Order: sequence, then C-alpha cells, then structure tokens
Amino acid sequence: MKVLVCISNVPDTTTKINFNDDKTVFNATGVQFIINPYDEIALTRALELTEAQGGTVTVINIGDPSTDVTIRKALAIGATDAVRINSVARDAFFVATQIAAYAKDQGFDLILTGRESIDYNGAQVASLLGEMLDLPSISILKSLQIEGGTATLEREIEGGKEVITCPLPLVASASEGMAEPRIPNMRGIMSARTKPLTVVEPVEVPNFQHIIKFEKPESRGQVKLVNADEVNKLVDLLHSEAKAI
Amino acid sequence: MSVLIYAENSKGKLKKSSFEAASYAYSVANMLNTDAYAISIGEVSNEELEKLAKYGIKKILTVNTAQMHSFVNQAYASVIAEAAKSLSSDVVVLSATFSGKALAPRLAVKLQAAYVDGAISLPTNDASFTVRKGAFSGKAFADVSMSVANKVIAINPNSFPIAENAQPAVVEAFAPSVKDTDFRTIVKEIIQAVDKVSLPEAEIVVSAGRGLKGPENWGMIEELADLLGAATACSKPVSDAHWRPHSEHVGQTGIAVSPNLYIAIGISGAIQHLAGVSSSKVIVVINKDPEAPFFKAADYGIVGDAFEVVPKLIAAVKEFKATHA
Ligand SMILES: Cc1cc2nc3c(=O)[nH]c(=O)nc-3n(C[C@H](O)[C@H](O)[C@H](O)COP(=O)(O)OP(=O)(O)OC[C@H]3O[C@@H](n4cnc5c(N)ncnc54)[C@H](O)[C@@H]3O)c2cc1C
Ligand SMILES: Cc1cc2nc3c(=O)[nH]c(=O)nc-3n(C[C@H](O)[C@H](O)[C@H](O)COP(=O)(O)OP(=O)(O)OC[C@H]3O[C@@H](n4cnc5c(N)ncnc54)[C@H](O)[C@@H]3O)c2cc1C
Repeated sequence: MKVLVCISNVPDTTTKINFNDDKTVFNATGVQFIINPYDEIALTRALELTEAQGGTVTVINIGDPSTDVTIRKALAIGATDAVRINSVARDAFFVATQIAAYAKDQGFDLILTGRESIDYNGAQVASLLGEMLDLPSISILKSLQIEGGTATLEREIEGGKEVITCPLPLVASASEGMAEPRIPNMRGIMSARTKPLTVVEPVEVPNFQHIIKFEKPESRGQVKLVNADEVNKLVDLLHSEAKAI
Repeated sequence: MSVLIYAENSKGKLKKSSFEAASYAYSVANMLNTDAYAISIGEVSNEELEKLAKYGIKKILTVNTAQMHSFVNQAYASVIAEAAKSLSSDVVVLSATFSGKALAPRLAVKLQAAYVDGAISLPTNDASFTVRKGAFSGKAFADVSMSVANKVIAINPNSFPIAENAQPAVVEAFAPSVKDTDFRTIVKEIIQAVDKVSLPEAEIVVSAGRGLKGPENWGMIEELADLLGAATACSKPVSDAHWRPHSEHVGQTGIAVSPNLYIAIGISGAIQHLAGVSSSKVIVVINKDPEAPFFKAADYGIVGDAFEVVPKLIAAVKEFKATHA
C-alpha cells in the first residue's frame, strides 16, 4: 500500500500570536514550529497500517526550506521518504493544488491529512484534494481500517458518528482517537538524516481570496466573582445581566 | 445573480443552523439587491421546507430521491453546484457543521469560487466582499477578501441570530444529473444520540476538567447540563484518560465551540483549552484555585470546591426555573 500523508508546519500550541505592525502578516519571530498535531495522528495511523500490511508512507509539505526541520521529524517518526514543494503555503487552495499536482500520477492508495491546521483552521485540504483528484474524501475520521482494497471508516457527526465503507484510493482527514501519536526514538532520529527528501518546484495557482487583516479578540473585562455560598446570585446575574439563561 | 443556501436536515427536520444560514443569506441578498433561495437534499417534507419562507427564502429546491437519502459529500456537492448554476447563484451559504465542512471545499472547486469557512461576519458591502473568520484557533480573527465572482461561505454555527423576514415561497423538486462516481462512499450505519444536544450547535455548554477527579463524578455535570438544555464537554486530559468520549473534548485540538454560555468546572484554563472556547459569549468558571488562569478569561467566577458548588448551582437553577416557568 502506498500512502501519502500531508503535513503542515504550524506554531506550537502555546504560542502567543502576534502580527506585524499593519496587522497583515503573522509575526513568526521567536515562534517554535511543530508538526500540526492532527497530522501526527494521520502519520501514526499510516505507519500502523503499512507496518501490518506492507507498503510505504511518503510525507509531503508545502513550505520554504525552513520547514525541513519539521519534515525531518516526520521522517524520524517513521515515514519512508519526504517531498517538499518549495514555496510558502499561501492558503489551503494553493496547498491542495500543489499536492494534487504532485500526487496525480504517483498511484497513492490512500492520502491522509489532519482534520484542520491549527494556524489557519481551514479544514479544507482533504475535501479540496478529493475534488481535484476526483477521489472520494471523508472528513474528520475517528477510525480507519483497511482490508482487501476497501476502507472502513468512522466519521464524526454532531452527537455521534457515521460508519462508512469506501474503495481505495481515497482521501481522508484524521482526528483524535484514530491513533496515539508516536514520539521519535533515537534510531528514528539517526535514520531520518539519510532518508530521501525530494524538493519539487511549485505549479502556478490562481488567487481567489486573500487575508487583508488580522485582529486579536478584545479581552474580557475583569471577572465578577460570586461567593460560593451565594450561588443564587450567579443564576440571577446570568439571567438579568448576561441574558444567558 | 442570487444567493443560495444549502438547508441541512437531521432526520427530516431542518437544523437550527439552516435557519441561521437562511437569515444570513437574506441579509446578503438584500445587500446585493437580489433574492435568497435554498436547496435541500434528503428526506424532508415540503411542509418542513416551507418553514424557510419565514426567514426570507423565496424558492426552495428539493432533492428527495432514495439515492440521496444518506449524506455523501461528493454527491451533495455536485447537486448544490448544479442548483447554484441553474439559479445563477454567485454566493452559496451553508453552515460549518461536520457535513457542511466536508462538502463546501468540493463545492468551491466545482464553482471555481473563493471559500471562507467558519465566517463570523456578514460580507462588507463593497467589491472586496470581506468576511471575518477565526484564525489561530481562536487566538485571532482574519478578514478575508473574496475577490472572484463566485463565493462559498460556511458560517459558524451559533454566530448569527435567526431573523424573521416572512414572505411567500415555493417548493420545487429538483432533478440533478449525478454521476455513479459521486457515490463511492457508502454509509453503513449512523450512531447518534438523538436526545442529546449536539456540542458544536449548543447554546449552553457545561464543561468539566481534571478537577472532577474521575468519571464517576460526572453525574452532577450531566444533571446540570440537562437542566439547562446544555451539551456536555470536557478538557483534553479528561478524554485522553477515557473518562469522557473524544467527541466531548473542546479546545485547540478538539472541537471549537461558541455558545452563549460556557460553564467551566475544574478546568485550569490552559492556552490550548481557551483557544477552543474563548469565542463563547459568556464564560463562567468554577475552580477551587483563585489563581487558576481561567479566571482571567471569564466573565463570572466562583472560587470553590466543585463538589460543593455544583450541587448548589443545580438547586439554584431548579429554583430559578420554578419561578420563571
Ligand atoms: C509565512 C506563512 C504565511 C502564511 N500565510 C497564510 C495566509 O495568509 N492565509 C492562509 O490561509 N494560509 C497561510 N499560510 C499557510 C498555512 O500555514 C496553511 O498551510 C494553509 O493555509 C492551509 O491551512 P488551512 O488551515 O486552510 O488548512 P486545513 O485544510 O485546515 O489543513 C488540513 C490539513 O491539510 C494539510 N496541510 C495544510 N497545510 C499544508 C502544507 N503547507 N503542506 C502540506 N500539507 C498541508 C495538513 O494535513 C493539514 O492537517 C501561511 C504559511 C506561512 C508559512
Ligand atoms: C499540543 C497540545 C494540544 C492541547 N490541546 C488541548 C485542547 O484542545 N483542549 C484542552 O482542554 N487541553 C489541551 N491541551 C492540554 C492543556 O495544555 C492542559 O493540560 C489541559 O487543558 C488541562 O486540563 P484541565 O484543566 O482539565 O486539568 P488541570 O490543568 O489539571 O486543571 C484542573 C483544575 O481543576 C481545579 N480543581 C481541582 N480540584 C477541584 C475541585 N474539587 N473543585 C474545583 N476545581 C478543582 C484545579 O485548581 C485546576 O485548575 C493541549 C496540550 C498540548 C501540548
């Protein structure tokens, strides 16, 4: 089985978010970057499947050379090889177009993404790829099994889940519960250095939209504390002042 | 030119988020001097669909064939794209539900449209057609300009009030030309708790963390949630320890929620937790540690032991309900 896992290079979850002075660009100075947490889950599940059934796991990232650190981490976790499309990731449509252009003649049986990137939170790339490659796409998986060329998947829905079957090839996005992310060990880290990382130049992509400004949410005022012995007061405030109940 | 909504249903009933989408689309249509239409896919009665007229929808297309009764994002995207073309809709609005998010990007590719997911504002009334959305997991907003003719907007559930703009509407059957390859995924089973309020759409969320000590103590959390008509949620360590299902985990790596009221009990307020809940309108924190970071992100707080405060809160809500029935 040939699996492609898409990995996004995102600010660490503890990052305080700042922008440049005119609020048009995210200020990455001093920011620690990590593999998008959902992509780690996707990668781990891909490794579990190929270890059990045979096959390879390629990771792909759209990024400039600075993302090689994150790509090497994915190789250390266990990916077979890696591809970097040499360009700043402009937006989800741009990213998906690059991945589709690369993947279209590679014969992947399975393409996995994370449910969303924790920076721009688009939750788009899996469905975009499905459409661009004319493949089925299933978003927000809770589980993924593969047997004899058919996948059985559980997809999250409001208040529950859907059980779906689908023939390979397909695209799907991973979420929590699907696998426990692996931590690279020393052997993995050593071997990652020599695993192939191919750099590919990007294709041209039209621009349909762009971010014109960022803003940070206003902070809430001072918290109103209610005494633990006067819980009725909280209910009154929630009703008459906050109009929340 | 027109505005089209995808009116999503759950077991034959239109979802509340579909009425939000209708109200949003009506405002956009007004701004563009045009009309708002809807497309429904699945087993929904015409009588149910006529409810959309109350929120300003003038024409409702319905696709109610057996083949379309279960959700397949690829097929649904094909149908909506075809409806948008036949109605010359250049703006398509839907709700960013699980299914909405799974189909909207496919729809955008088919329509060669700009796409904003999780919109929290109406578009600006100018050529830039700028819509605001959350970014960096609730830590910022991004204003996105949609600079091409066709646009697809998935609005955040609970972010727009439902507004009545009643007018007469017609319901028409629509016969799309779907392909076999649209139906490669097959839904085998749907496992859904029907009596539970769904977390992303809930107006009130009662959430609890590691401060509750163990899964056996969730009875009072569920009782409070039931009383308030709320959904239950939890912090990540709680679902990691399997005290609660993963589907209840909110935060940066879980579900992002924006209810009217978020009640956090025994949760410290880590940055990753706040990321998923900070767009809630009102936040109440109950924590025994006055230094818990969550108090800095809250509107109301009680410093106290959850095992004492929550039973009192349950009693107080019961009393409130008895006097405000
Ligand atoms: C300096 C810089 C500036 C950026 N500015 C913007 C901007 O202004 N607007 C914007 O939308 N994005 C911007 N990005 C790109 C952003 O990091 C994402 O790669 C891209 O937007 C997709 O995010 P999404 O939330 O829409 O993706 P989602 O659809 O949420 O991502 C889902 C999945 O797609 C895959 N994926 C996402 N991104 C990549 C990638 N780059 N390579 C491989 N797989 C990927 C992952 O599997 C991920 O889990 C910028 C990136 C950099 C480095
Ligand atoms: C990559 C990454 C992603 C993450 N994503 C998320 C996420 O999406 N969501 C999330 O929630 N976390 C996330 N986390 C974890 C996060 O950093 C915190 O560890 C977590 O939110 C803490 O959960 P908690 O508040 O339940 O537990 P704790 O931090 O242990 O807090 C428990 C709180 O309960 C209080 N308490 C104890 N006993 C009582 C009592 N009897 N009565 C009242 N109060 C009491 C304590 O004072 C304390 O404040 C993530 C972490 C990482 C590294």
